[in-house]
Amino acid sequence: MSSDNLVEIRDLNFTYDSRPILTGINMMIPRGKVVAVMGSSGCGKTTTLRLIGGQLKPTSGEVRVGGQVVHQLDADGLYGLRRRMGMLFQFGALFTDMSVFDNIAFQMREHTDLPETVIRDLVLMKLNAVGLRGAHDLMPGELSGGMARRVALARAVALDPMLIMYDEPFAGLDPISLSIIGELIRKLNDALGASSIVVTHDVQESLKIVDYVYFVSAGKIVAEGTADDIKNSKVPYVHQFVWGEEDGPVPFHYPSRPYGEELMERRARHG
Amino acid sequence: MDNGLSGALRGLGRRVTSRIWRLGYASRFFLAIMLNSATALRRVHLTMREIYFTGVLSLIIILVSGLFVGMVLGLQGYDTLQRYGSTEALGVLVSLSLVRELGPVVAALLFASRAGSAITAEIGMMKATEQLSAMEMMAVDPIARVVAPRFWGGVISMPLLAALFSAMGIFGGYLVGVQLIGVDEGSFWSQMQASVDFREDILNGVIKSFVFGIIVSWVAVFEGYDAEPTAEGVSGATTRTVVTSSLAILAADFILTAFMFTGT
Repeated sequence: MSSDNLVEIRDLNFTYDSRPILTGINMMIPRGKVVAVMGSSGCGKTTTLRLIGGQLKPTSGEVRVGGQVVHQLDADGLYGLRRRMGMLFQFGALFTDMSVFDNIAFQMREHTDLPETVIRDLVLMKLNAVGLRGAHDLMPGELSGGMARRVALARAVALDPMLIMYDEPFAGLDPISLSIIGELIRKLNDALGASSIVVTHDVQESLKIVDYVYFVSAGKIVAEGTADDIKNSKVPYVHQFVWGEEDGPVPFHYPSRPYGEELMERRARHG
Repeated sequence: MDNGLSGALRGLGRRVTSRIWRLGYASRFFLAIMLNSATALRRVHLTMREIYFTGVLSLIIILVSGLFVGMVLGLQGYDTLQRYGSTEALGVLVSLSLVRELGPVVAALLFASRAGSAITAEIGMMKATEQLSAMEMMAVDPIARVVAPRFWGGVISMPLLAALFSAMGIFGGYLVGVQLIGVDEGSFWSQMQASVDFREDILNGVIKSFVFGIIVSWVAVFEGYDAEPTAEGVSGATTRTVVTSSLAILAADFILTAFMFTGT
């Protein structure tokens, strides 16, 4: 394993109910960098994150994080590794029975013996970093979508992780929140000296902040490179995806029989 | 014809296998709760919080139902005892019916509907909104942090609620029998005191309600944790909690009664 890479994925295959989800994936996530994994819905992006976090086990191949093969770790080893990871879920996944403050303090209380006064200061620092120090008393139900995502971001970095994973951080946000979240992902990564993996299908926003991009389609990597490489890519799927073209390798129509044939058959059946 | 028959048999076989598999999964889940209980019980505030949500918030329905059940027992009991000229035994009838049987069973059925369904819905929604996954990714075991405190909160609450149900029922029987109909107050209480045995009646009732508490809490947390993470999945799991735990309570009641009250 290269010491420059925090995460190394080699020849990764994952099948679910004998259906291949990921096939022959190779990815490197260098230390200190923000890497995007892009692709359309259902292509296996989130599965990749779950394999990195040890929530799923690969069918073959391996995922190494910080030099450790994730699926070979026992429960204690896996939990030890996860304490150095942070994850932002698609819709925040904030604990709805806890206030904003308690959500962020959750990991500190669970994993450290820090006194409450220190936890308070740390929570306020994290909230200040995402611009929501004044919202610490609110409950998750009182937050807008963008605010909830920012609180979840503060919670994901509560213990200063070495690896931060983002599952669709831009989904369902208004343009202002979208831009704020994008900026925060970059700034927090640089401030913490961490590595970040951003799973997204928001091309424009993510290409502004990432160092490297992997493009996944039907469980395989079809393109990779810097933001400029991706923008100028000639790979038909990537081109269609980046420029939002209606038709291309990903067809507009769900697979079906020829339209005319189906219409004529119905007419014949109804006389 | 043969195809139809073998298809039906295959379907039946699949359903039976799936039920057995699920029972095995639920048993392993129960074992996981037991293994994680020490952590949950050491952090008393987590279990206390659940006792409040499952126990204290169920008080109204338990107390009101207990009062009405006791009042009905008073009316029905008086009507029957009158035919044999032993209306002074009304206190015994009401109290034995409640502490041996109706207190633990009806309180458990109400508990399953009120608290069991709430536990399933809460855990199911936590799963659907990825809160349990988030907890796992924060290196916190959801069984220790979410499931075990809810399980023990239910197990501890159940005998207390059954006791309050019985007490309220006896008070209801007293109101109807003594205050409304005019049964002698001294006979009502003294016969009750003389006939109700602490070990045979009260302790066995407590054991029953403890077992029912385990059944309802186990079913509720399991159904929530195993719920399909969709609105429909959580709704189905909530319904299954009420149906499964109610049937299990009645079946367990028969078995426990057969062992406990063997003609003494």
